[in-house]
Amino acid sequence: MDEKDLEILRILEENGRIPSEEIATMTTLSKDDVAGRIHALEDARVIRKYTAIVNWEKAGNGEVSAIIELKVSPERDFGYDRIAERLSRFSQVRTVRLITGTYDLQLLVTGRNMQEVSRFVSEHVAPMDRIRETATHIIMKPYKENGNILFEQPEAERLPYSF
Amino acid sequence: MRDFISERAQVIPPSGIRKFFDLVLTMQDVISLGVGEPDYSTPWNICESSIYSIEQGMTSYTSNKGLQSLREALSRYLAGHYRLTYNSEDEIVITSGVSEALDISIRAIVNPGDEVLIAQPSYVSYAPCVTLAGGVPVPVECTEQENFKLDPEALQDKINDKTKALIINFPNNPTGGVMRTGDLEPIAEIVADNDLLLISDEVYAELTYEGQHVAAATVGDLYERTITLNGFSKAYAMTGWRVGYVCAPKPLCEAALKIHQYVMLCAPVMGQVAALEAIRSAEDDKNRMVDEYRLRRNMFVAGLNRIGLPCHVPEGAFYAFPSVKGTGLSDVDFAEGLLKERRVAVVPGSVFGVGGEDHLRCAYAVSRKNLSEALSRMEAFISGL
Repeated sequence: MDEKDLEILRILEENGRIPSEEIATMTTLSKDDVAGRIHALEDARVIRKYTAIVNWEKAGNGEVSAIIELKVSPERDFGYDRIAERLSRFSQVRTVRLITGTYDLQLLVTGRNMQEVSRFVSEHVAPMDRIRETATHIIMKPYKENGNILFEQPEAERLPYSF
Repeated sequence: MRDFISERAQVIPPSGIRKFFDLVLTMQDVISLGVGEPDYSTPWNICESSIYSIEQGMTSYTSNKGLQSLREALSRYLAGHYRLTYNSEDEIVITSGVSEALDISIRAIVNPGDEVLIAQPSYVSYAPCVTLAGGVPVPVECTEQENFKLDPEALQDKINDKTKALIINFPNNPTGGVMRTGDLEPIAEIVADNDLLLISDEVYAELTYEGQHVAAATVGDLYERTITLNGFSKAYAMTGWRVGYVCAPKPLCEAALKIHQYVMLCAPVMGQVAALEAIRSAEDDKNRMVDEYRLRRNMFVAGLNRIGLPCHVPEGAFYAFPSVKGTGLSDVDFAEGLLKERRVAVVPGSVFGVGGEDHLRCAYAVSRKNLSEALSRMEAFISGL
């Protein structure tokens, strides 16, 4: 992993669909070199996946998301790993993180409506062994996701010519 | 009625691109590469700290020199980044942008009739500021063959017993040229041998893409005879805040300060607070922007060369300066045709003085999407010639 790899990663993180020719001119590498480096980064699972950041609210599919915080009793030998991995297997669970503070694990859960999310939490998550407490926060409106501002911003007025 | 306009106001030229300005305002869907500023908004932590200071009632004059906290932070910053040692007490004055810094520096040193050499192509204000101070601007050409560096021989040729000072700007607007230590050493010798003063406008210092910026005052014996100008506009996307500064040994700095206190009193306090926050916490934001400019430069310059506008690789600032010689059009005709026919705004190089003719200044501080669209439009314009 060198400076050029990092540069490629930054470019891809910003736009996963950019053609490798463009990456090549921007980084002053050959096209083959760029393609090779991207392959290596994919093979090493540094690049996990290429996805789109969707403003689902705008797409109007009516999905509901909630942040679920969990207090968990860690297991001898495994700590939080086994329960976190177990939770990760649910397709409804989009994100699982071990966090510091009052709670131990933080989940992002999506469902078709509020009932579906609360049913999932009460039937599948809360009853799991070692989960002592849950707190469910329904997401009302996203403003920024993964570094991307989702609300409309007025374009700043700039002079067409300045020196 | 008498003609009330002073001779000095009469002789300075009006903006070289007034007709382009008028034209562009009547047009829709123009991609402008004519700007001299970043396309970014100021990093939010900088804005936030300034907003907070207003809420706290920090809305009054500051000391003429500028906020002490800002001067102290700046003094440390300059030492850490450029090995420039200016003490915060009497060698730094905070100004309303580098524009004011330039004006008061020139007025602090120029007597009527003094000749001031200007390395050109250059920013458009240098010559008029010299004229307004009663001096005589004398251009020294930096050529494309020399990668737009200042050539010692060309400099020496223009020196006579009326020569008082030299103004340079590297990284350069409009060419993107830079001067490394080895390039500055012979210049330093000439300046010292002829007992000249150097005004070095280093507002693009942070936008140096290969290696480190070399501050002119750190080369040879230049320190004692150099006024260093810099500011926050370009590196931190803070053009509208109007904060720059003059750094110079005490006697020079005091002379500039006297003028500053009568004509400006102080730089706006909101801008000074913002500038302090920029030094304290915006290093990462700045680096992110510089990294992005580097990518855009590589993409845009490769594109220009591909479509038949030869362009040297600018090592600093955010301008490409391609030649239009091969197209058979003058820079002014090319820029006008390109605007009218393909709605891309660029600045004709001749606006920037000698050495600028037959070139275009294209700012690449523009989104990548607009840069590639601009390249396609320029290509279409050329193929229609």
